[in-house]
Amino acid sequence: MPWSRIATDQNEPEFFRENELPGRRITYAEAIREGLRQALALDERVFVMGQGVDDPSGMFGATRNLHQEFGRDRVFDTPLAETALTGIAVGAAMAGQRPVYFHNRPDFLYLAMDQIVNHAAKWSYMFGGAVNVPLVLWACIGRGWGSAAQHSQANQGMFMHAPGLKLVMPSTCYDAKGLMLAAIKDPNPVLIIEHRFNFKQKGLVPEEMYTVPLGKGVVRRPGKDVTVVGVSHLAMDAFHAAQELAAESGIDAEVIDPRTLRPLDEELILESVRKTGRLVVADTGWKTGGVTAEIAAMVAEKAFKYLRAPIKRVAAPDLPTPSGHTLESAYYIGQPDIKKAMIEVMAE
Amino acid sequence: MNIVAKTRRDMLFSMLRIRRVQERIEADYMQDRMKTPVHLCVGQEAIAAGVCATLRRDDSIQSNHRSHGHYLAKGGNLPALIAELHCRSTGCSKGYGGSMHVVDVSVGHLGTSSIVGGGIPIGTGIGLAFQMQKSDKVSVIFFGDGAADEGVLYESLNYAMLKKLPVVFVLEDNHWAVCSPRSTRQVADNVFLKGAAKDLLFAAKIDGNDAALVYQTAKKAVDRARKGQGPSFIVCDTYRILGHAGCKAQDPAGYRDTCEIDAWACKCPVDTFRAACLADGTVDQALLDEWERDIASEIEAAFRFALESPLPGPQDLHKHLFSE
Repeated sequence: MPWSRIATDQNEPEFFRENELPGRRITYAEAIREGLRQALALDERVFVMGQGVDDPSGMFGATRNLHQEFGRDRVFDTPLAETALTGIAVGAAMAGQRPVYFHNRPDFLYLAMDQIVNHAAKWSYMFGGAVNVPLVLWACIGRGWGSAAQHSQANQGMFMHAPGLKLVMPSTCYDAKGLMLAAIKDPNPVLIIEHRFNFKQKGLVPEEMYTVPLGKGVVRRPGKDVTVVGVSHLAMDAFHAAQELAAESGIDAEVIDPRTLRPLDEELILESVRKTGRLVVADTGWKTGGVTAEIAAMVAEKAFKYLRAPIKRVAAPDLPTPSGHTLESAYYIGQPDIKKAMIEVMAE
Repeated sequence: MNIVAKTRRDMLFSMLRIRRVQERIEADYMQDRMKTPVHLCVGQEAIAAGVCATLRRDDSIQSNHRSHGHYLAKGGNLPALIAELHCRSTGCSKGYGGSMHVVDVSVGHLGTSSIVGGGIPIGTGIGLAFQMQKSDKVSVIFFGDGAADEGVLYESLNYAMLKKLPVVFVLEDNHWAVCSPRSTRQVADNVFLKGAAKDLLFAAKIDGNDAALVYQTAKKAVDRARKGQGPSFIVCDTYRILGHAGCKAQDPAGYRDTCEIDAWACKCPVDTFRAACLADGTVDQALLDEWERDIASEIEAAFRFALESPLPGPQDLHKHLFSE
């Protein structure tokens, strides 16, 4: 089945939950949509823009039919002119609005790099805090069905590099809604990078409005032998890998989902490493100069004396994504790679 | 369209003040107390003063790296500008911005980008916000012929027309982008002077050194925007008398004919408008003399304020990256 009509075929695993409100089971897309809908209803400054937000698929369901409820002045389609439209969102944010700008794919954010990195991310600092930019950018990483090199880039590392930008990568339905609301509430530019695989999930989501704090990670599985940091859907893969490993060999892994990469919840990761002495970092992006490199370097700098084995990184190879499915399956990393890395790091 | 005497006086005062501020910065620049790359707007004062004379305090402007004239014409605080050039904590951007990044929110100046063309979509978005807020405020964007090389101008104009945004695009064609003449970069007149239907876009090409004409054309554009009739595009022909950056001594020789500079210096917008105002009795010599004294002492006070102000220190380095 093409990814454009991906099935919501799996319930989220019974991972460890901390400080979560009770909820009912809905899909990942419904969770985002519910957060947006509540923000639009609560605050008339909020608006949703982006190429295709009002089309029948509605951004994989995340924005579906919101224009019918709130009108096309609040939820509207845009030209494909990503540079100008990002600048327009930045300007509207400065002048008092709360734009949420959707992109199908983070690949297209490169077209808007000037406005994201040169403008939105710098505006507060550049003027000594005189003007802030409460902007939310959203994009969803594609994977599978031959999406190829320009429709599947996990380019969060590029954005993690830029000071002044908050960077969010949720992995559960609960967080997708709570982080969206936190991003809209935040007075700074926030980039939410989703992953298409997350949209397979159904999870427990409270109906009421709530926020998940930016800069706070979460332990998805407490453990004592090895720390695994999994970004985006790899938090789920890491959880499954840890469960398998515990059943097979009694290795007790602690799984951390950072949820936001900038600000990064360094203390949560360090605290875990101080306990386990072993670290695996898994990210959907490229290895060199990327998220795994940053987290590994941070831990090496701040908790080296606690490490009992070299840090292992699981990341995409430094290549564009190939299209053909045999090459694609060779390219992607996931649960087996994380499991293998954990075994290797335990053997050191 | 007649311009009332008070407006003519205000415009002339604004132009004179911008000129004197530029001259003072230029004269002091080699002393290296202003450790920031300044881009002076000598010869282009009529555009900033003429356009801003049509605006209200709560209207917004987007400027660019050549920022001083727009900032002052819109009512930006002079001591805060000079302090910013001296990297002081009392500067308009607290020493984080410098000459290319000035701001004064109290007069609708939300900050300047020094990426050429960067302010164009931002000003368009400010117009979108004004429209969403159902206000009659107007967003004006000043940019140069270099920015007209950038694709983002066309994306932004298209969007402003599509949504009938209250935005006035003011292209200051000063003929030079650093040391590149416009003729090596653009084929002819801007396509939007011919390309768009009148109801979508009010477009005009005017003598940008004629302050009265700038005012009259901008007034049409601003009125149109205020009434919700959509954007305008005004191309102002002018000339960059000084070099791209820094003072006269820093303008490298050999990339342009000095006769070209001399010819444009004869068309000085300040001299021309002052002569016109004297001729028609808008001002007399006594008033001009008084203005010159007032401006000189205001500038003196601003430079003194700047030099006496504290410099930010290492304890300030990590402030303001995010808004709380």
